Amino acid sequence: MPPRKVVGTAYLKVDGPSKVTGQTIFADDLVLPRMLWCKLLRSPHAHARILSVDTAAAAAMPGVKAVLTGKDLPIPFGILPVSEDEHALCPDRVRFIGDPVAAVAAETEEQALDAANAVRVEYERLREISSVEDALAHPEPRIHDYGEDGNVHKRISLEFGDVEKGFAEADRVLEGNYFFEGSTHLPMEQHAAVAQRTPDGKLCVWSSTQTPHYVHRALAKVLGMPAAHVRVIACPNGGGFGGKSDPFSHELVVAKLALSTGRPVKICLTREEVFYCHRGRHPTLMWVKAGVKRDGAMTALHFRTMLDGGGYGSYGVASTYYTGALQTVTYRVPRYKFEGLRVFTNKPPCGPKRGHGTPQPRFALEVHLDRIAEALGLDPLEMRLKNLQPPDSLTANFMKIGSMGLGECLTRIRGASGWREKFRKMPRGRGVGLACSSYISGAGLPIYWNALPHSGVQLKIDRSGGVTAFCGAAEIGQGSDTVLAGCVAEVLGIDPLDVRVVTGDTDLTPVDLGSYSSRVTLMMGNAALQAAERAREMLADAAAGRLGVPEDRLRFEGRRVFDHEDPSKGLPFAEACVAAEAKFGTLGTTGSYTPPRSPARFKGAGVGPSPAYSYSACVAEVEVDAETGIVRVPKIWIAHDVGQVINLTTTIGQVEGGVYMGLGEALMEEMAYRGNRGVVHKFPSMLEYKSPTTHEMCDVETILVEDPDPNGPFGAKEVGQGPLLPVMPAVANAVYDAVGVRVDEVPLSPPKVLKALQRKAAGAEPRYGPGPLPETSWPEPVRVTPPWEGGDGRDLREKAEVGHGGVRGRIPGGK
Amino acid sequence: MGVSSSRVEKGKAVLRPLTVNGETREVAFLPHETLLEVLRERMGLTGTKHGCELGECGTCTVLVDGRPVLSCLLLGLNAVGHAVETVEGMAGRDGLHPLQKAFVETGAAQCGYCTPGFLLTAKALLAEDPRPSRQRLKDALAGNLCRCTGYLKIYEAVEMAAERMRKGAGARAS
Repeated sequence: MPPRKVVGTAYLKVDGPSKVTGQTIFADDLVLPRMLWCKLLRSPHAHARILSVDTAAAAAMPGVKAVLTGKDLPIPFGILPVSEDEHALCPDRVRFIGDPVAAVAAETEEQALDAANAVRVEYERLREISSVEDALAHPEPRIHDYGEDGNVHKRISLEFGDVEKGFAEADRVLEGNYFFEGSTHLPMEQHAAVAQRTPDGKLCVWSSTQTPHYVHRALAKVLGMPAAHVRVIACPNGGGFGGKSDPFSHELVVAKLALSTGRPVKICLTREEVFYCHRGRHPTLMWVKAGVKRDGAMTALHFRTMLDGGGYGSYGVASTYYTGALQTVTYRVPRYKFEGLRVFTNKPPCGPKRGHGTPQPRFALEVHLDRIAEALGLDPLEMRLKNLQPPDSLTANFMKIGSMGLGECLTRIRGASGWREKFRKMPRGRGVGLACSSYISGAGLPIYWNALPHSGVQLKIDRSGGVTAFCGAAEIGQGSDTVLAGCVAEVLGIDPLDVRVVTGDTDLTPVDLGSYSSRVTLMMGNAALQAAERAREMLADAAAGRLGVPEDRLRFEGRRVFDHEDPSKGLPFAEACVAAEAKFGTLGTTGSYTPPRSPARFKGAGVGPSPAYSYSACVAEVEVDAETGIVRVPKIWIAHDVGQVINLTTTIGQVEGGVYMGLGEALMEEMAYRGNRGVVHKFPSMLEYKSPTTHEMCDVETILVEDPDPNGPFGAKEVGQGPLLPVMPAVANAVYDAVGVRVDEVPLSPPKVLKALQRKAAGAEPRYGPGPLPETSWPEPVRVTPPWEGGDGRDLREKAEVGHGGVRGRIPGGK
Repeated sequence: MGVSSSRVEKGKAVLRPLTVNGETREVAFLPHETLLEVLRERMGLTGTKHGCELGECGTCTVLVDGRPVLSCLLLGLNAVGHAVETVEGMAGRDGLHPLQKAFVETGAAQCGYCTPGFLLTAKALLAEDPRPSRQRLKDALAGNLCRCTGYLKIYEAVEMAAERMRKGAGARAS
């Protein structure tokens, strides 16, 4: 193999010049002739029945062209087929402050706003449900008429081996309670969408969405239109982080308004409305019980999570499974039990934020391991290093691990951070903390059950030598367009800037499921690789004929196709394209990617399996002001096993961005609520929702570890989400190292740190954190025997039924 | 910057000369419209973005007489008689401004949405201090939020551009 020319280098981002000149067209930058403006009327109540909606006054106002209410869009939708519980406009019930009730299209935005405010809605208020505790204590009034029971949306119980037996074998058993507060994505761009009825009666919607394919499906369903008559174009997103992954009310509403008025309709949400759309991190209560041997090896792990889901399902069932899925992939866990539940509350719906359901349990697990190491008198870094999950292995819950670079991450970060010289050795008030993590490179199963590829790429190659790559992936700032161009350019021996990319357009591009779950580099990359290799074969065939050189001696490099034994014998790339078009006709290839089948076969195994897992290790250094409780973080060292770098610049950018967002969650970011029932959003503004500015951001030293995974394109794994995960527990562990108090909650805001310090000074337990989980009943677990006890990935009960002659199909589960 | 004209009637559009990126044009807009709205919706200059429209995020920063200003907090009328610069005015005939070039090379623009605001804030800083310390840089950029980069690539880009601009100025002087 000749050395790679593109992959692994810091080649330029393909969209760089357009972004620095303000020429990138985001959704709100679109202006169409005769365009109307839309505004939504949102509920002022957290929980209420809608008794009546009177639109007469609004409809008569100047400039108003249409007014919609819930009855105009009666078909429900939702990102997961198991929880299609949303309506474009609430027909009979509102479930959080900000739930949309009516919509207006008018000549100007101001007219639309005035008219929306003139819609008269009569409500009958219902008791609000504000938290996990509240939801468990009050099954009535039910927020939804589906779910497990009362206000519990989902209960999960999974057991892999007998954990009680594992605890009996342990030298020490430690329990702990943890809480992770909710936070939101806060993308700089407010969500916007434009819809147009095209002259042929079809519909086109531009939107700041990470998932054009799912918006496409939701539009077709809710509007009752053939999907083939609906086009969705994902404009480049001004940041997403998971917050633009659901189909949203406003996208459906502008589509309906464009169809009914015959004019293009635009909406751009205010920042306050963006807070109400939310879909951010679930506030999560957790309980951990771990049994360990004297050397820190786990004998069993039992984890319970309770998620505050907000008003709707969103991705919540998947989020709940994710709070239990990845505890097993970093360190050996021979027996594992997970119980999780999600409740509905009258707050904006939670969903997937960077790390989706895994940062909360990762925080609890990594802080718990820090406690365990201290209890055993071990160095937490060495203890982790000794107990790593091996590469090419199965975990207790049948996650298939491929490459596993966590060991190298740990050893390199140990040196870079000066761990041995600093841990437990810094002056009081200063300290270091360590944590590790892992994340999926895309989900092994799609959100809706199908046997189709998860990503498709088409290449068009023309006689000018032009190469265009088409893919449904959405560019959300993570650099997916740049990865696409780079993979194609590498194979064809051209410059990434020679490749024209067309992405995120359901009319023009083959389906890619979207920019979520860190799936794009691996899945789109593999599809691109296949399409490019197919194109290369055709070009090589034609060039070999022209040059009289055997195909296997041809090299594609520097915009030439040449004999590697005699580089003077060759063709410019464009001439090879001409030769191939002459020989084969119009040139086009496709590539597609479907993840390998997971060995996990039990109900609930839809969440967690991935083609490849990334690994991260993080050391945070902190300074704690004992008088104010303020935690400052001067520096974070992070090592990330990315498998193989595709683009060095964007890879480091993703690591730094992940650390930044993790730092915000560690120190300050929270979706907090107030009011006598705790359902009024406290901070629906960027000033009050604290996020790190240049003054709070720390220095970051990034170490990239490349342990190529056979399932990744060129060996690449994810980098977009993983590096966020270890930051919060690393900071919490560093605070303990600095001042000897445990803050078992995220964020570690000054009042919490101060309370823990005061307790310490008073001789009480030096801790701030939640008490025991509220009482609830857990279902009988799905029992699966771990691989080393002879298990085959199936539920024991299911096997028993098969043994009795029953036949049960595979349950996709989870998602 | 006060509102100079007395001939302003609520709800009635006014016609005023606005100087943006060195060109003066008569622009019709409503007196209560912000400079942000006038730029984006009346002049088609959509390079200026918005993140909150409440003066909280710095995304809509433009230069007014060379100083960074939040265009969401200024009326269009306030800009009459002043020189406004937006991101569209940064690149010259010779190509990208050194700051733009450095942002491209370092990957300081990820989603690119906050980028115009950062570029203009940084341009004003470098005009004042061609060799800012890292701390000065952080202070100058503290009013601009970015959710993608963690700011680190932005520091690198501004420092890279500053160095090139100093060298460029030195070369021209000699």
